[in-house]
This record gives sequence, C-alpha cells and structure tokens, in this order.
Amino acid sequence: MAGKTLYDKLWETHVVREEPDGSTLLYIDRHLVHEVTSPQAFEGLRLAGREPWRGDSVLAVPDHNVPTTNRDAGIEDPVSRTQVETLESNVSGFGLKFFPMADVRQGIVHVIGPEQGATLPGMTVVCGDSHTSTHGALGALAFGIGTSEVEHVLATQCLWQKKTKAMQIRVEGELRPGVTAKDIVLAIIGRIGTAGGTGYAIEFAGSAIRSLSIEGRMSICNMSIEAGARAGMVAVDEKTIEYVRNKPQAPTGEMFERAAEYWRTLVSDPDAEFDAVVELDAAEIAPQVSWGTSPEMVAPVDGRVPDPAAESDAVRAEGMQRALEYMDLQPGTPITEIRPDKVFIGSCTNSRIEDLRAAAEVVKGRRKADNIKLAMVVPGSGLVKQQAEQEGLDRIFLDAGFEWREPGCSMCLAMNADRLEPGERCASTSNRNFEGRQGQGGRTHLVSPALAAAAAVAGHFIEPSKLGG
Amino acid sequence: MQAFTVHKGIVAPLDRSNVDTDAIIPKQYLKSVKRTGFGPNAFDDWRYLDPGEPGMDHSQRRPNPDFVLNRPPYDQATILLARKNFGCGSSREHAVWALTDFGFRAVIAPSFADIFFSNSCKNGLLPVVLAEDEVQNLFEQVEANPGAQVEVNLEEMTVTAPDATVFRFTLDEDRRHRLLHGLDDIALTLQHADDIRAYEERLRQDRPWMVE
Repeated sequence: MAGKTLYDKLWETHVVREEPDGSTLLYIDRHLVHEVTSPQAFEGLRLAGREPWRGDSVLAVPDHNVPTTNRDAGIEDPVSRTQVETLESNVSGFGLKFFPMADVRQGIVHVIGPEQGATLPGMTVVCGDSHTSTHGALGALAFGIGTSEVEHVLATQCLWQKKTKAMQIRVEGELRPGVTAKDIVLAIIGRIGTAGGTGYAIEFAGSAIRSLSIEGRMSICNMSIEAGARAGMVAVDEKTIEYVRNKPQAPTGEMFERAAEYWRTLVSDPDAEFDAVVELDAAEIAPQVSWGTSPEMVAPVDGRVPDPAAESDAVRAEGMQRALEYMDLQPGTPITEIRPDKVFIGSCTNSRIEDLRAAAEVVKGRRKADNIKLAMVVPGSGLVKQQAEQEGLDRIFLDAGFEWREPGCSMCLAMNADRLEPGERCASTSNRNFEGRQGQGGRTHLVSPALAAAAAVAGHFIEPSKLGG
Repeated sequence: MQAFTVHKGIVAPLDRSNVDTDAIIPKQYLKSVKRTGFGPNAFDDWRYLDPGEPGMDHSQRRPNPDFVLNRPPYDQATILLARKNFGCGSSREHAVWALTDFGFRAVIAPSFADIFFSNSCKNGLLPVVLAEDEVQNLFEQVEANPGAQVEVNLEEMTVTAPDATVFRFTLDEDRRHRLLHGLDDIALTLQHADDIRAYEERLRQDRPWMVE
C-alpha cells in the first residue's frame, strides 16, 4: 500500500463522520473572520437562536475596509464604517477574540493568523476568504469558504467536504538571483492555468520550496486559489517549527515539544502517490510580470506581450484579445516598455517583513520615477509595520518618495479609499489582475515586491539588477 | 434554501471563460451586511457605462446596450450559459446572491471554480457542468434563437436543449439531495452533535495544544 500524502494525513485526523457517498464532516480547528464575509453569517446564527460551537476557535479582525491613512479620524465611508462596526458588535455579542483597528496586532487576516500562532501546523483553518490557502505554508489544511459555510462552522465547528484529489508541484534546483517566491507561483500559474488546480489540494515541494522562508512559502500557498486549488500546503520542516516557536498563541514548554514531535510527521511519505505531479526547474524561472486580466497571463520581465494571433485555441485567443484591449497593450511590446502610473506593495500575498525588506533593498538610495504618481507600501499588520520601522525600512521608502501606510488589504481589492482611477496602470504585489479589481477601469500587473520597487524607481518594468545608479 | 427540482427558462449566453467573482459582483457592493439586493449590481462593470456605487438609483444609470443581460429577451433570463472556469477568484458568496437576486436559477458551464460551486449549491443556484462541445452546441442554439428555453431537471440530471436534445450531467448525491429538498445544512449537521463532541474529546487527549 502506498504511503500517505500530507493532505491524506491532515484530512484523516479531522474526520468526524463519513457518509457512504464520501461526504465527510470535517472538524475545523481555527476559524478566522473578517468584516466582509461574516455579517450575514452572524445574522443567520442569531435568527436561528444559535451560539458559536467553540468561540475560542475564532480570531476576528477588520482588514478589507480599513483606511491606511489617518486612522484617528475613523472610517470616512459610512458603508464601510457600518460593516466594521457590525463586526465589532457581532464579536462582542458572542464574546469572540478580536483585534480592533487601533490594536497594533490588527492587520490582514492571513498575515496575523500565522504571526499570532493562531495558525499551527496540523490544523484545519478556514476563513470566508479565498486566500486562506496561505496558512497551508505551515503544514495546515487551510481553505477559503463562503458565508453559508462561515455560519455552518460557527454553529457546528465542522464542514461537509469531499476529499479532493492531491497534486504535487515540485520545484527543484536553485533559483536565479532576484527570483522570489512570487515569481515561482506566478510561473506555476502560467504553466498550469487558473483552473489547473481545480478539484485538487496542492502540495508544493522540492528543493526550491524547501529553501524558501516560511514567509515565502506563504506567498506561494496564498496564490494556490489563483491556480484553481482551494488549498495549498508545504510539508513541515525545522523552519516551520522555529517559525511557530514563541508565537503568542503557540503552545509553550513541554507542550510545545510534544506538539513539535507530532508536527514533524506532517510530511508526505516517500512512497506517497499523488493524482497529478507537475515539475518545474527552478533555474528556468525568471522574474514574472502579468500582462493580462487573469493571473495565468504572465510573461518573464525580459519577455514580450504575447500575440493572440499565435494562439491556436479560439476561445483562449479571444480571451487574450479582450485582455489586451482592457490593458491597452499591443502584442509584441517588450514588458520592460510598460510604464505603470502607480505602485502598490502590500496584500496578503506580499506584505510580510521579508517582502518589505526585499523592496527596501531595491529602493535604498534611489528615488521614485517622475511618472509614478503614487508608490505606496502597506504593511500586512501593525506588528510588521513596527518591525519594519525598527529596521529603518520606513525611512528608506519615505526618502525615496514612497508613502508608508497603515496595515490592511488596501489596494489589492480597493474596498477602502485606496484605488486606481480608470485607465491607471499599477505594478502590484497583490494576487489578482481581474478587470476592475484595483478600481474600476484600473489595470493591474502582478509582480514580486522587488520588481514593484524596481518599477517605481525606473518608471517601467525592469529587473532590479539592471537598475543604474 | 430554495429547493431545485425542474426549471425551464430563457438562457442568456455569456460568451466568456474565467468569469471571476469580482466581475459578477464588484467589491464596492460587498460592503452590504445583507444577503439581498445585489441583483441590480450583478456584472456591474459590464452592465453599466457609468461607474457604480452602493446606494445609487439604478434607473438613473446608463446601461451598456452591448451587454447580454441588457438585451431583451435576455434581461428575463433565468439560466446563464458561460465558458469554462466560471466563478473563479474570490470566495464572496455575494456573487451567488447577485445571480439569484437577478433571477437566475441555474448556471451552465464546462467547469466551475470550487468555492463558487459550493456556494451555489448552498443557495439553490444549480451549477450544471456539461462537456465543452455540449456547451458550444447550446451557445449556437441559443444565439440562433434568442429567447429559446432550456429545461434543467435535477431529478433526472438532464438539460433539454431548445431542439429537444437531452444532455446529461452529474452532481454528487449529497448535494443533489440537499438541493432537491432545500435542506438546512446546519440543522442536519447538528443531528451529529454527539459525534462532534466525541471527536473533541479525542482531540483533547491526542493533541491538547489544539484546544485552548
């Protein structure tokens, strides 16, 4: 009999009940909650006269609607304000753990979960947010759910799920200098497509993945959903265990050692069989820039905008054509000739300390180009911001003409005041380049923090190593 | 949840693949704390020529005459036909609420994103997966006869095209059962409360650090 995959192990330890047709009642250890996808779930709970099954499994935080400037003034938009106030009244009504906007621990839900040790290896983690896959980087089974499921988890601590297929994506070899976790995941999505992982749980493996920090692994797992997979994960190793050690909600002392012993078993067995395996050579991955309106539409920074006329699949060619029109790009244009108007460094993909360090290293001693109307850095949490300030990163950004903001989702999806104007083009470290994602009519190019920083300095896309001065 | 058994209605052909949930309901409308009222803003960026904000009077806005749902008889459509990977992107259930609020009862496509598929089944919006050539066939029939009706039958798991061709689809038995009877998921799960408590007891023994 073949060994077990990491996904098998995580799944099996959470089965409460299995029906003959394979429908499984799966236990949920951690439920992260934000203001956008929870109000209707809390309302449903109240209308049915139900209480949360295990309130201590919940950690709630406002992140999508919060302003990134002048927090003392509160939230100006009354509709956004109502949504955040609704979360506050729901968590206080049900006695749930909550970090309000003024708390230094507030931040993007997928940054603060691991940061607080609320996400631990071996857990099932859910949130009404598709980027919950992020937490899989710690060897957890983490996936996004809809609001009906948020209500279901609140009421029962469980979800009805069917086990999906398992895919291993193996990235072997050494990355070229300047190539980051973000480039790996964009290259993966470019290879397998935005539906390539649909119906699968993806385990990212191989020497290039193991060489990444936990932050880098989070950037990769974060975008599993952009490849269609609800969950992405990385096996536990000593980096995982060291990352978790001393986190506020992690176990301590002997209990930590007992947990760590268990966590070390959270790897796929050598003889485990996957339903699909995809292999990438790390040395062949170049820094990536998305050129279209789907995350699979990526090109190397030294490449060109592709030509739909060269695409044999008619439906695909039409999608490319539509994307080029929306993006106002011509086939064959060198990626390095694309000139953004704005630069956004942030989001649950790339707003952790390592991301800010990578961007600061490029920016240090340089200035934002004149054609860049706005370059903004939005740390993923108050604690990331604090850490960056202790390291002097804020000064580097401010001296270069960047803006240094308060933590939140910000211009990744533009639910707060941070957004693109129609026609504006953005170099963004976020995860989605859909039409209108960063503001109606806005045009998004997905890149790594280093490339976003380089674009801000040069005024066009460029490999950071090729920047002058 | 509204049960789904058999539904016959006008099909709107939305000839795009990778229709994402940001397109189905743009972010500014997610600020609502309600489950209803999203219909006028379904596909807002494609449907109107002027930018939309919550609270606007939709009768005063400029509809995009080229968008399929603005063209009669498709404005009366109750079945949406689209290309592959429908509903990709964000987990927002508001996308499903926008489609049901518009009046849709079913979406037919060659494939769906996982979270959207799950959200649909929990709101009585039936996601129907047909093969790409069957979807292509339906596009051709519907575009040749605007307003042509299609019947979706969940009991039989069939789609009957305007020319009476019958296409078969599948849905897992659990989801089908819940949709056919419009069942409340939570009440069903709470029938297994003892199993959940027993699991938690084992968890406290085996992995006590997981339970604070």
